[in-house]
Amino acid sequence: MAVNILKDTYKSKVVEVTLGTDDKALKIGGESTLPFLHFEGEMPNKYVLVLEVFDMEQDDWPDNLKAAYADVMNDPVAWAKKCVEYGANMVALRLASVHPDNKDASPEEAAATAKAVADAINVPLLVVGCGVEEKDAAVLEKVAEALAGKNCLLGNATSENYKAITAAAMVHGHNVVSQSPLDINLAKQVNILMTEMGLPTERIVMDTLSGAVGYGIEYAYSIMERARLGTLMGDRMLSMPIIAYVGQETWKAKESKASVEEFPEWGDQVKRSILWEVVTAAALAQAGASIFVLRHPESLKQLKVHLDKLYESNAY
Amino acid sequence: MGLTGLDIFKQLPKTNCKECGQPTCLAFAMQIAAGKAGLDQCPHVSDAAKEALESASAPPVALVKIGTGDKEIQLGNETVLFRHDKRFEHPTAITISVCDTDDNIAGKVQEINKLVFDRVGMTFSVNMVAVCNCSGDADKFAAAVKTAQENTEYPLALMTEDVAAMEKALEIAGAKKPLIYAATAANYEAMTELAKKYECPLAVKGADLNELAELSEKVTALGWKQLILDSGAREVNKVLADQTQIRRQAINKRFRPFGYPTITFVTNDDPVQAVLDASVYIAKYAAIVVLNTADPADILPLITLRLNIYTDPQKPIAVEAKLYEVGEPGPDAPVFITTNFSLTYFCVAGDVEAARIPAYILPVDTDGTSVLTAWAAGKLTPESIYELMQKTGIEEKVNHKKLILPGGVAVLSGKLNEISGWEVLVGPRESAGIPSFLKQRWS
Repeated sequence: MAVNILKDTYKSKVVEVTLGTDDKALKIGGESTLPFLHFEGEMPNKYVLVLEVFDMEQDDWPDNLKAAYADVMNDPVAWAKKCVEYGANMVALRLASVHPDNKDASPEEAAATAKAVADAINVPLLVVGCGVEEKDAAVLEKVAEALAGKNCLLGNATSENYKAITAAAMVHGHNVVSQSPLDINLAKQVNILMTEMGLPTERIVMDTLSGAVGYGIEYAYSIMERARLGTLMGDRMLSMPIIAYVGQETWKAKESKASVEEFPEWGDQVKRSILWEVVTAAALAQAGASIFVLRHPESLKQLKVHLDKLYESNAY
Repeated sequence: MGLTGLDIFKQLPKTNCKECGQPTCLAFAMQIAAGKAGLDQCPHVSDAAKEALESASAPPVALVKIGTGDKEIQLGNETVLFRHDKRFEHPTAITISVCDTDDNIAGKVQEINKLVFDRVGMTFSVNMVAVCNCSGDADKFAAAVKTAQENTEYPLALMTEDVAAMEKALEIAGAKKPLIYAATAANYEAMTELAKKYECPLAVKGADLNELAELSEKVTALGWKQLILDSGAREVNKVLADQTQIRRQAINKRFRPFGYPTITFVTNDDPVQAVLDASVYIAKYAAIVVLNTADPADILPLITLRLNIYTDPQKPIAVEAKLYEVGEPGPDAPVFITTNFSLTYFCVAGDVEAARIPAYILPVDTDGTSVLTAWAAGKLTPESIYELMQKTGIEEKVNHKKLILPGGVAVLSGKLNEISGWEVLVGPRESAGIPSFLKQRWS
């Protein structure tokens, strides 16, 4: 008995965004189907795997994560090069030092670091502020200027500070991460505000925020699914590629950090911590994320194998 | 598609008598459409209407049960492709396989029994043990099934395509309603007879979707409808496509041969890739996922992901709003305020535990919403906090008058101090900061 394969037809697709310039350029987005359903649409561009670099040493990381960056943790340039060696398609520079509770570094200092990192690597750069909205606006303005013409990705613009970041990105030729707190309507609203300033949709990547497995991933999962469904139905203001900051969430989970002595029923910490990162990423890939910001190089390696398999056609 | 509330409403008596617990017949119809009420709650509905509604509202995916007693597994009854459309009903049954060639079957089964985890105050575990006839020997298989049954309470899946071996195994385990795996094009008549004889659920395995649909129809024509579907796909990209098709055909097209729960197998040799494949199957419609690892580090993330994906999006998980003790707090112990959203409560409880200082936690009843959500909705207020303090008698438990408030709602501190008379300390924004906060501010 021949089964009639059910293929849904969609009106629209995910916007294509280009990051970096010349031979460094990465193209993302463009999907005209639900994730990995090659039998009814296209996924023309590959996923992007990103590793994080901090501009100051991270003391509270578990040993197996520190070990991966042991000799480079106090040198962002060397650290970024290491990430590229580990196979990252893009490097995320986190400007933790500008946080008022850390070093409260100046926008100029941060911009100099970003410039040094960008010049040292041959992959596109994502620059992320410290999360204090006001400070990030000031810092990312300077960073945008220092990296003019490099077509970087700047994050994260929220409904509070999008104006300065969007303007800087437009003047200096960058792309922006629009961030919203786990709400499809707020996500759409920030995108509208940014495009109303004149930033094309092809220059926006969306962060709807996510939790790790066990820490609210189901909310992010459903919002990403709704964004992709909305996109396919023709909603332009939800159709930007989705970035998932996976590492930042999973490495603060107890399941990634706690030793086997503390929780003997949970098994080996090293194995568990990698699985926490990759399972979170794999679940979000099913929901529609295509840029994954990770921390551990082993997670990157494993996720690449998994996603490569899912990119193989399953057309009937 | 299921029936809409209006379709159901047309068949109701329209008395608005409220005996069903709903204010009007229309409201009752909406509840039935949402799967939250049953037609039998209406005492006045006519038999003709009952019949019309029951046949039209037969679930698109049949409910299938495996095993008996406490550990019985229920699968199927799913109605949506996306959890945000309503909810996913019956969590994926995580199944661990053992081979009949294994030297220590009892030992491996006991390892499987230990895969029980505490999450958000409830325990979650794997659900089934699959015994495979790797040896091809019927007696060896029967012996393995016997050993497995003697060592676990979980239902079994009996895995052999050899009818004679299945018959021997069912003589031992048939009374406990194991899953018979599997009926194929070659053996389905005999396997169906066995399933009917022992009244056990039967897995149907096709080489692809076409053969699966054909076999499913043939088996139901023989009079057995407790089925589990296996499309034969084993690579993750192909399994994803098949799982999507089976669920879509059943729900959107009411294609009866696919109106049953599915079984998937993780065959990846790499242990990390195996877990990743399983996580895809949990997210994408598999009713059963079979793995061959009993390492808790592999199973914990999968059990957690399953809990998350199958959480009802409309109903946050909440803990009871009462006084909780971490360790054995004395009269000098710190008192933490938080909300009764289980994710919030267990983050706080976990981090207070990590500080290794006995303490009290008061989760205010905010209908299971998080601190900031509850604050924004006016459910976490100085009044609601003070009310819980009085209700729980915390004043008699401690000899100080100090409260620790989440850093995110520092603005509540002044008013709370005013109405309660307690000194309000503003804690860290993230509960991960509790251990260092206690070190610095609580001696």
